[in-house]
Amino acid sequence: MGPALPLDEAGAYVAAAYLVFLALILAYVGIMASKLGRIEKELTELTELAARRDADDPAREKEHA
Amino acid sequence: MYGRGLKPLSIASVAALIGAFALVFFYAPLDADQGFIQKIFYLHVPLALVALGGFVTGGVYGIKHLRSGSREHDMKSYVAIHLSIILGVATLATGMIWAKASWGAWWVWDEPTLVAFLIVFLLYACYQPLRFAIEDPDRQMRYAAVFAVIGGAFVPLCFMSVRFAQAALVHPRVLDQTGGGMPGSMFFTFLVALAGMTLLFVTLWKFELSSKHARAQLAALRRRVASA
Amino acid sequence: MRPVVAALLRKDLRLELRTRESVPAMVLFSVSTFVVFRFALDRERLEGDLAAGVLWVTLLFAAVLGINRLFVAEREQGGFDGFLLAPVDRTAMFVAKALLLFGFLSAVELVAVSVYSVLLLGPSPFQAFPGLPLVLALANAGVAVVGTLVGALAVQTRARDLIVPLLALPLLLPIVIAGAEATAPLLAEGGAGALPGRWLAILGLYDVVFGLIAVAVFDFLLED
Repeated sequence: MGPALPLDEAGAYVAAAYLVFLALILAYVGIMASKLGRIEKELTELTELAARRDADDPAREKEHA
Repeated sequence: MYGRGLKPLSIASVAALIGAFALVFFYAPLDADQGFIQKIFYLHVPLALVALGGFVTGGVYGIKHLRSGSREHDMKSYVAIHLSIILGVATLATGMIWAKASWGAWWVWDEPTLVAFLIVFLLYACYQPLRFAIEDPDRQMRYAAVFAVIGGAFVPLCFMSVRFAQAALVHPRVLDQTGGGMPGSMFFTFLVALAGMTLLFVTLWKFELSSKHARAQLAALRRRVASA
Repeated sequence: MRPVVAALLRKDLRLELRTRESVPAMVLFSVSTFVVFRFALDRERLEGDLAAGVLWVTLLFAAVLGINRLFVAEREQGGFDGFLLAPVDRTAMFVAKALLLFGFLSAVELVAVSVYSVLLLGPSPFQAFPGLPLVLALANAGVAVVGTLVGALAVQTRARDLIVPLLALPLLLPIVIAGAEATAPLLAEGGAGALPGRWLAILGLYDVVFGLIAVAVFDFLLED
């Protein structure tokens, strides 16, 4: 094993390692965010569907109320 | 309900990780041999340990799924393995950076822990292709569970045989010095980092389970609304 | 269970004798691989580490071929359904298939090692006795157990021929490591060295661990 790297050189490697970790976590959060977006879209569609159905069928609306 | 307790858990993992990294850079002493570059140790080793722990956890939930047949255990096993693969990428990347800085090469073959980790990673990289090559959902869950059990047993065996294969151990063997040469302050920092990484894993695990559960419920609701 | 295993084994052996699908292909593949190594390495004679490595890589890939074919007849001709309908222990299928694969591997190795010692091996193969057959038998047991599991896992998937090598190579790596390390001194130029006992222990441990796991989980691969 060679002598310890000087601080300025070692610092870059250490920073790179910690940045890799940070980047992976952020990428993961990004992917999960896009999944959340899809869930939100589906929920909106479902809500619209339910609202339309209630409008078509006034008897049901009374039931709900 | 997987979302329960997610808020305190996230706060705890952020606090533990920030605390750990603060300890790494402001408290832990410089390593006598390696100097500043040894700071990667506090990131690389917890990542590796948590990833391996995640693989074994996946195996344990695989056994539970085989015994109960419940979808819930299959999801838990799947998400644990999936997250461990992501942490495995981080482990290999940080390990390569460390190898480059200490030995001047991006990859070293006479380094048993790194090689064993690579083999385990290659095996688990097949988990998703296998899973999604099976169409029938029940069979998919069962086969994935069988894979998780086999893989969980393979992890320790692989580390043993690769470690035996190299007589000369050259890894920056900081962990081996525990009890021996590693100063207490370094060990304490390492433990905090390990705790932080474990908390992060559990948080992400519950987070993803909650998301998957929400999607499954949404799909069920859509079916009900469409058929009604 | 024993009569069931014997019946299944007889059926598979008869099928192999009639169709000659697995063993001849594995042997042919091994011989071609030796020729490939002759030119890829540009060496006419091999000994020691290199000889052990080439032998084990060849046997590993030949084993993958065999694993790929192991359950094909069952799947294509509905043998699984017939077996599941019969009131017999499902572990019998695992035992029969593992024994069959063990037999195939041993038959292939008998030919492949002979050809290897004529074509490429520098030192006489007889100096490796009785260590080499012992190592091969221990390794075959491990390959048979893991191979049967992988074959059963993969046969129901869409991309069977892709999944088998992807799963089998990392899973069988410990066997290759231990096998190559154990045989290297046996094939050394100028007389065999001592057989390293700890590699035999690793092979034995691998066989036992995966044998137990396989018996425990194999039933789930057949359940329907």
